[in-house]
Amino acid sequence: MFVYILKRIVATIPVMVIVAVFVFLLLRLTPGDPAAILAGDSASPDQLERIRDRLGLNDPLIVQFMRWMGQLMRGDLGTSLISNTSVSGMLIDRLGPTINIALMTIVISVALAVPMGVIAAWRHRTWVDFLVMSFSVLGFSVPVFVIGYILIQIFAIELRWVPVQGYRAPSDGIGPFFSRAILPSLTLATIYIALIARMTRASMLEVLGEDYIRTARAKGVRENVVLFRHALRNAAVPILTIIGTGFALLISGVVVTESVFNIPGIGRLTVDAILARDYPVIQAMILLTAGIYVFVNLLVDVSYSFFDPRIRY
Amino acid sequence: MTEIPTSRHSAFQVLTGLFSLPAGARIGAGPMIAAVILVVIVLAAVLAPLYVPYDPLAMNSAARLQAPSSEHLLGTDPYGRDTFSRVMVGARVSLLIGVGAAVVSVAIGLMIGLVAGFFRAADGVIMRIMDSLMAIPAILLAIALVALNGPSLMSVIIAITVPEVPRVVRLVRSVILSAREEPYVEAAIALGSSMPKILIQHLMPNTFAPLIVQGTYICASAILIEAILSFLGAGVSTEIPTWGNIMAEGRTYFQIKPGLIFWPGLMLSLCILAINLLGDTARDLLDPRMKKREG
Repeated sequence: MFVYILKRIVATIPVMVIVAVFVFLLLRLTPGDPAAILAGDSASPDQLERIRDRLGLNDPLIVQFMRWMGQLMRGDLGTSLISNTSVSGMLIDRLGPTINIALMTIVISVALAVPMGVIAAWRHRTWVDFLVMSFSVLGFSVPVFVIGYILIQIFAIELRWVPVQGYRAPSDGIGPFFSRAILPSLTLATIYIALIARMTRASMLEVLGEDYIRTARAKGVRENVVLFRHALRNAAVPILTIIGTGFALLISGVVVTESVFNIPGIGRLTVDAILARDYPVIQAMILLTAGIYVFVNLLVDVSYSFFDPRIRY
Repeated sequence: MTEIPTSRHSAFQVLTGLFSLPAGARIGAGPMIAAVILVVIVLAAVLAPLYVPYDPLAMNSAARLQAPSSEHLLGTDPYGRDTFSRVMVGARVSLLIGVGAAVVSVAIGLMIGLVAGFFRAADGVIMRIMDSLMAIPAILLAIALVALNGPSLMSVIIAITVPEVPRVVRLVRSVILSAREEPYVEAAIALGSSMPKILIQHLMPNTFAPLIVQGTYICASAILIEAILSFLGAGVSTEIPTWGNIMAEGRTYFQIKPGLIFWPGLMLSLCILAINLLGDTARDLLDPRMKKREG
């Protein structure tokens, strides 16, 4: 088990290195000059040249890459071209809102989607199943920001239950935090619920046809125990996988949702950085999100054996 | 009391047909409705310049933010442009991006996937690169690509294509890996067929059915991503009406005029819904084995 985890961690290294190379090349090989952004429109060619020299942009690509990797290894993500502050500091400042909303989204999604999928499979081909599948198909078809605006229109503008936009940290009181975080979380959760419910249903349908389920029922095990202990545990691996791979969707959704609800998290930071071409911030954000994605999927892989003891490493 | 069997199908039975079509069965009503919706949207988009009442770009300061009326079916935007005309003409670019991104990603993914599936030496390297690309969230990668390459139609299509390619590569590779073990491929090798001939004539046709399905999903997701890119300010130039651009412009006026987001949003959702349902139908018809897993 321990050896397996170690192997899996080692296997993520080449993936992250390739992501780093890719991010580096992406920003170096596309038109757009960081020096020009730093210097502003009125800079003379001479000034530009000096800034390029200072940033090391005149060095060969491989030298620039190795220098950048060296900085990364020491935990230095560079300095923002726009605000001239350290990128790691900016990320830490903005991480709180995003993590809180992402956690709330995952809790809501799993709490709703797994029972939805289980019940849909249990009552296969009835109206409950139809309802769950319709929701799931719809969830994939409506853009995340349209869902956000529909929720704002209903709950903030018509019913006036919650504020339209903004964010408060939980330390400012759980009520203000919750009333502002609930709509963004529900918005983000829609597509995640659609994804997880669909996979839960499919996986449960497969398992419910197995002999041991019939045996359990035949010996008089209560139906909810059959469903949640016998069936769900055996259906868990594909569900966990989709929760892990769906994490990329969640990260993409955060970027959009934070713009809709005006939340000062890392999603907004990324969009602002990309539009302003703030290269060091863009690089850091892509690396960070890729890192989170790889890490979450590592956790998912490792958790398989917890849910399914047949899987031994 | 005995139940009398009737031949009438309830609306529910018809609609469940959408999701659970038995392999080899005739196409149910759901996919038919989806196909009709899609044909109507495509025709409406292609023919839009012939019937829309206003120039979608013509501003009219006397008619700003009007409510829907007989003159302006869906009202007007903050520049006095007719929303109905803009939504219908906007469909053209949105659909073009969807189809363009699907074709380009399938073509590129097919080429890379064939190489990865057939040449074991290249496989490891290619798949590591693809895994890395998949680790970067699609939207993030796409906005970065557009922001860096400029807001042209081509750069939006490329931006949507790059994150989709790895998924196509994986699919093609897995099909090739299983197909190359088939006796007819061994026979072709034994008969001395050249590598390109085996690859193109014997192996590639196996990938067509799954690629058609994958292509429809990419098309739907491309239309969705275009809207998100425009919404974030990283889409095609704001001069061009697309569903995404119309919604992006509606953001500021959302509280007084939600229609600017809802109408294009509705068209877009209907369109994606129809494409996805047709994709599911195609998948069930072309590959009954995949049905079991996805339900």
